Amino acid sequence: MSHSTTRTTAALGEAAHDPVPAIAGIPAAPIAAERARPAAGPFAPVAWARANLFNGWLSTAVTLALIYFIARWAIGFFDWAVLHAVWSVPQTDAGPDPSACRDAKGVGACWAMIGDKYRFILFGRYAYEEQWRPAIVIALFIGLYAISAMRRFWRKELLLIWIVALTAIGVLMWGGVGGLAFVPQDSWGGLPITLILSTFGLAFAFPLAVVVALGRRSTELPAVRMLCVLYVELIRGVPLITLLFMASVMFPLFMPEGFNPDKLLRAQVAIILFAGAYLAEVVRGGLQALPKGQYEAADALGLSYWKKTGLIILPQALRLVIPPLVNTFIGFFKDTSLVLIIGIFDLLLAGKVAITDPVWQAYSTELYLVLAVVYFAFCYVMSRYSRGLEQEFRRTARR
Amino acid sequence: MKRITSLGALLLGAGLAFSPPAAAQDSGSATINTIKSRGQLVCGVSTGVAGFSLADSKGVTQGIDADTCRAVAAAILGDANKVRFVPTTTTNRFTALQSGELDLLVRSTTWTLGREGNLGLLFAGVNFYDGTGFLVKSAAGVKSVKDLDGATICVQPGTSTELAIADYFRLNKLKFTPVLIQDLAEIQNTYLAGRCDSYSTDASGLAAFRFQQGPKAGEHVLLPEIISKEPLGMMVRKGDDKFFDLVRWTLFAMIQAEESGVSSKNIDEMLKSTNPDVRRLVGTEGDLGKALGVDNRWAVNVIKGIGNYGEMWDRTVAPLGIPRGINNLWNKGGLHYPPPIR
Repeated sequence: MSHSTTRTTAALGEAAHDPVPAIAGIPAAPIAAERARPAAGPFAPVAWARANLFNGWLSTAVTLALIYFIARWAIGFFDWAVLHAVWSVPQTDAGPDPSACRDAKGVGACWAMIGDKYRFILFGRYAYEEQWRPAIVIALFIGLYAISAMRRFWRKELLLIWIVALTAIGVLMWGGVGGLAFVPQDSWGGLPITLILSTFGLAFAFPLAVVVALGRRSTELPAVRMLCVLYVELIRGVPLITLLFMASVMFPLFMPEGFNPDKLLRAQVAIILFAGAYLAEVVRGGLQALPKGQYEAADALGLSYWKKTGLIILPQALRLVIPPLVNTFIGFFKDTSLVLIIGIFDLLLAGKVAITDPVWQAYSTELYLVLAVVYFAFCYVMSRYSRGLEQEFRRTARR
Repeated sequence: MKRITSLGALLLGAGLAFSPPAAAQDSGSATINTIKSRGQLVCGVSTGVAGFSLADSKGVTQGIDADTCRAVAAAILGDANKVRFVPTTTTNRFTALQSGELDLLVRSTTWTLGREGNLGLLFAGVNFYDGTGFLVKSAAGVKSVKDLDGATICVQPGTSTELAIADYFRLNKLKFTPVLIQDLAEIQNTYLAGRCDSYSTDASGLAAFRFQQGPKAGEHVLLPEIISKEPLGMMVRKGDDKFFDLVRWTLFAMIQAEESGVSSKNIDEMLKSTNPDVRRLVGTEGDLGKALGVDNRWAVNVIKGIGNYGEMWDRTVAPLGIPRGINNLWNKGGLHYPPPIR
């Protein structure tokens, strides 16, 4: 970060001839990075562009060439995605009539396909009349994320909110009580499945990871340490696909006939175990990066092991590893799409099935674009949030 | 929760029909008893194969495989909608059936000796006769697979198609270059873009693909040779012969109904028929349903719920543009030959 701070200050220095002296009165300080952006005047971009994009003939040539290609591509994309796109097709008795899309093939996008299939992509095979329920579930999940992201809610009550929300999600998805029709798990699908797998996966994997990381670092309990090492190395030694296959294909064969834990649950457990092993290593990295003095100081205060860990070590260690943690979170959010190989209708498989429909088979580009936007939205928010969190922690640390 | 709802459904059903709950009857088959007490047939289908089992925009599974599941449910439970469809992939389909997760697997699966001998599973019949075919552009002037010597052929890797082509070309001393592409959409685009001379997969898939081209369908020709046999059908676990019988005869009843001219439209008149063949089929004569462990009106429930084989075909496969061909009745040049129901 100090690296980027110096770069920003350097850029400001070069922009010194700026008619509006941006931060003249403020003494150069480490806070420059945070202050620079809001204080930049309307002419700053011009100066910035001159300094970074048109700095010499080679730089100018490269910039111009890139602008040309980007503009050409953007215009082409706009042409395809907006101007020549087919937004809807007439409905006939035999279903939608895709001839308009067929004519526009290669020239314009066929968004009519998304219009026809969006409910299937979002909710999969969930009973059509009941699809308001998974819609609320998606909203609940997003609300849950938003609340958990706000620091003023970081209290014990948050756990309660989670329990209540997850119960509500379970009731909404399954139904069978309070006049809601029962919907078996096999017919769940789409975005709720992706959110369920990743939220439950990470919510359970994270505590597991902390315990395993602590266990792996424990010196007094060699048996526990061995177990933790074994768990981490075994799970990390195989791909997630293998674990999913184990859970979906091998596991039922070992069980007595008729005893079949839910397919989704089996996949969920596999994902928790897998994410747990990876997160444990991230957490262990944080524990190791913490100066030894912190441990010794805590010991000197006479704190018990759990107090030391809970009050001194973990808060600092976890703060250190926010970037790799979020990196792993984002990775797992996307990895949940692997469940398609065992026939669970997550967002990706629901989308793929939507374009298996003979009517829409030729319009995969449109579908994958939409799916990419959905995945990107979630991942981008996660990464932005982690950046904000890092900066906030850095500010508090400096105080 | 599940138990409560199925109990509720059971009580409701009993209340409406004034008949004892289905679970009380013993059919002599563990699977049928389970299905009856559960009030639902659990049927494994594909995650999405057009015409066979594919969820439509409303999430309802449609296709000839899905309807075969529904027919079995109608035969056992009297209601074609009492099916829970479980999507399976090519990797977990057999295990799901072996482990008892499914009652029945109808997933466009080819009946082979290896599968029946090794897996502990039985094929209960063929609901669709398929085979590997070749699609070429009509402009190329290719009339037979023999003309494809040295051609590039688009094919999905790891499929029985890939194997069948390799065998066939080696046997006929022809050469070809395979272009292996996993994704269905991509393989079709590749063929359309002209990167391969021919696109090969099951003939049903080719016919459907050609049909989707709309007005441009005439630019593609399906070659006359079908180089492999792919009888696709329903599978059950070994060891429950009564359930096996029921699944097998449910399909036969649908084919027989088409042969005898019994359809979902005229089934009520057919109940008054004097033709002994029809009377045995609809259960107004004899105790054939009881012999299978279900109600004597089982075939009526199937035909009312799904229709005869021809109706099922017209609803699911025909809209894809797949010709009836060898899937016609035996007396119309096809392979569907139901043993007599008597």
